[in-house]
Amino acid sequence: MRALLLLVLMFSWPSFAVVEGHKYQFENLEDTQRFTQLAESLRCPKCQNQSLADSDSPVASDMRQKVYELMQEGQSNQEITRYMVDRYGDFVTYEPPFRPETILLWFGPVLIFSFGVLLIISLRKNQKTTAVDPLSEEELARLQALKDKADSL
Amino acid sequence: MNRLLLFLPLGIFIGMGVLFWIGLHQEDKSALPSALIDKPFPTFILNTVESGESTNHLPEEPILVNIWATWCPTCKAEHAFLNQLQREQGIKIVGINYKDDLVKAKQWLSAYGNPYMFNISDPDGQLGLELGVYGAPETFLVDSKGIIRAKHVGDLNTKVWKTLKTKFEAME
Repeated sequence: MRALLLLVLMFSWPSFAVVEGHKYQFENLEDTQRFTQLAESLRCPKCQNQSLADSDSPVASDMRQKVYELMQEGQSNQEITRYMVDRYGDFVTYEPPFRPETILLWFGPVLIFSFGVLLIISLRKNQKTTAVDPLSEEELARLQALKDKADSL
Repeated sequence: MNRLLLFLPLGIFIGMGVLFWIGLHQEDKSALPSALIDKPFPTFILNTVESGESTNHLPEEPILVNIWATWCPTCKAEHAFLNQLQREQGIKIVGINYKDDLVKAKQWLSAYGNPYMFNISDPDGQLGLELGVYGAPETFLVDSKGIIRAKHVGDLNTKVWKTLKTKFEAME
C-alpha cells in the first residue's frame, strides 16, 4: 500500500528538469523526462557539437524555453521537432530526414558493404584450382632419396 | 577486366580525397543554410527601437533585414559597411535589435549612425527564433511581397555584398 502511494506520488508530484542551471517545472516525472529527451535530441545551431541540453549559449536557452512552452501547449515530440526544423533546418535534428537527396546517406553504407561482399565472392570464384598431376615413379624415388639425405644430415 | 578492377580501391581513395579536400576548403562551415528561403517573413508584433511604437509589418519593397546587437563585436565591424550601403547605394535596411538592451541600442545608433529605416526591438529573441537566428549578425533579403529570398550569416562587407547584390537586385 505504502509502495503504491509512493509510486502514485512519484508520478503526480511536480518535478523539475534542471538543464544548464535553468529550472523547468513539470507536473509529472514523465514530462520531465520527455523534456530532457527532447533537449538531448535537438542540436544547438550555434555550438555544433552540443545538444540543447548541453549548451549554455543564449540561442540554446531560447530554444529550450520554446520546447518547454510547446510542451505546455500539449504538442507532441514530433510537432516540437517539426517546429524547430521549420525554423532552423534539418541541422537541428541528429537524425537526417529520408528524402531523394539523402538516399545516398541512408543506403550508401549498405551499398558499399554489398559491393565488398560481391567483390570477395567473385575474387574467390576466380581463384584457379588447377589439379596437379600425381608424381611419377621416378619422381617419387627422387623425393624419397632427398628425404633420406635430409634425415641423415 | 579483372586487372582494371584492382584499380578500383585507388579510384575510391582518390574520389574520397577530392571530396574531403573540397569539404576542407568550403568557405564557412558554421554557416547553416536557412530553412526559410522562399518562405514568407514570420508574423510579429513588436515595438520599434526609435519611437517605441508597435509595428507588425515590413515595408513593401526589396529590403535587407539585418539582425544586430550591441553585445556583438562583429556587428560593430559591420555597422560602417551598412552605413555606406545605405548612403552610397540607397539600399533599404530594416534592423532587428536582437536580445539587446533598448538604452544601449539607442546609444549605439546615435554614436555610430543609423542606416536603418527603422529598428524592431526583439529583447527576448522571439522573432529571432521564428527566423532561425542563431547568432548575430545575420542578414535576410526580403522582397516586396515579404518573401525571404536569401540569408547571410556573419557580417556584410564588400566581398560578401558582391554576391548578395545580384540576388538583391533580382528581387521584386
